[in-house]
Amino acid sequence: MNPSAERWLDWEAGPLVRPYARTRGRTRPAGEGFELIAVVAATGAQPGDRLRYSPDHVRLLRGCARPVAVVDLASEFGLPLGVVRVLLGDLREAGLIAVVDSAAPAGGRPGRGVLREVLNGLRAL
Amino acid sequence: MAYAPSDPGEAAPGRTAPGAGEHPWFGGPAAPAAGAAAHPLVTTKILIAGGFGAGKTTFVGSISEIRPLRTEEPLTDRGVGVDDVTGVQGKTTTTVAMDFGRITLSDQLLLYLFGTPGQDRFWFMWDELAAGAIGAVVLADTRRLTGCFPAIDYFERRRLPFVVAVNCFDDARRHDPRDVAIALDLDPGVPVLLCDARRRDSTKQVLIALMEHVLSWPDAGDPGHDARSPDRRGPAT
Repeated sequence: MNPSAERWLDWEAGPLVRPYARTRGRTRPAGEGFELIAVVAATGAQPGDRLRYSPDHVRLLRGCARPVAVVDLASEFGLPLGVVRVLLGDLREAGLIAVVDSAAPAGGRPGRGVLREVLNGLRAL
Repeated sequence: MAYAPSDPGEAAPGRTAPGAGEHPWFGGPAAPAAGAAAHPLVTTKILIAGGFGAGKTTFVGSISEIRPLRTEEPLTDRGVGVDDVTGVQGKTTTTVAMDFGRITLSDQLLLYLFGTPGQDRFWFMWDELAAGAIGAVVLADTRRLTGCFPAIDYFERRRLPFVVAVNCFDDARRHDPRDVAIALDLDPGVPVLLCDARRRDSTKQVLIALMEHVLSWPDAGDPGHDARSPDRRGPAT
């Protein structure tokens, strides 16, 4: 089979491998995954050798100056979610960012207090 | 590649640059991480499901600040090794554009709405979307009611609380919500509402109804506790 033809799943999607070229081919972050709405924040640690980081790493790290949800980073920087997760994994490995404790246990539903706050917030809209 | 391959030995957590202070490409002084504690941010999510053309995009757009979101998902084995490029070269990812909106309820509380992808080939994404979700809205189009069966089945199996919102299209006959509940074979407790997904106030009422429904569940906020009613499609006990 012609290998170049395999690079396309469908024409709308574009070149399939391209986004992950930004992650050196990695499709999963190092360590644990990041939930869609996980909140991440810069730890304040200083990046060491800047040559180890891509421009995407740098932009993401800047984006984490305040606590921010992973999906918002993907949306704001126009990067596919999977790519953002891999790059955030690198930043976490280097101690530059951390996942902030969330309201809900991993994968669990938020507690009643949060649920009530959401209800009240919606009513006040 | 503009950066060297990572060396696990070098990437010790907490490693700081010598003479750390101001970093030229970090945009001035290092961000105070203490901000995370002083300004906790709570994020929550609700899924918006329904058949193709049921109005998911309209619903999300009428109530929330809509945001573009792309995800590149590997389509083959999800367990491909992290650095395993050989797993990638065989054509394995596709672009999925998602309906994604954000409602800022307060400085510290964000509610995200995620439209579930319509095509069957994206079913694998539902588990991730549903994990940790507060609940779901199933949008129903009475002209094509069957379109929302898969979503209802999914949320019932996953025990994720949901409401059914009948999107009242201009050219659709008005139906009594009770008839819709029967047609969909819903559990008695599942709220069915009429809505107009184009109107912000209407979508807001749907979300409020969902939150009230969620809070009426005895196990709300306590995922470890089993819900009150057994799965009606499970074996009778």
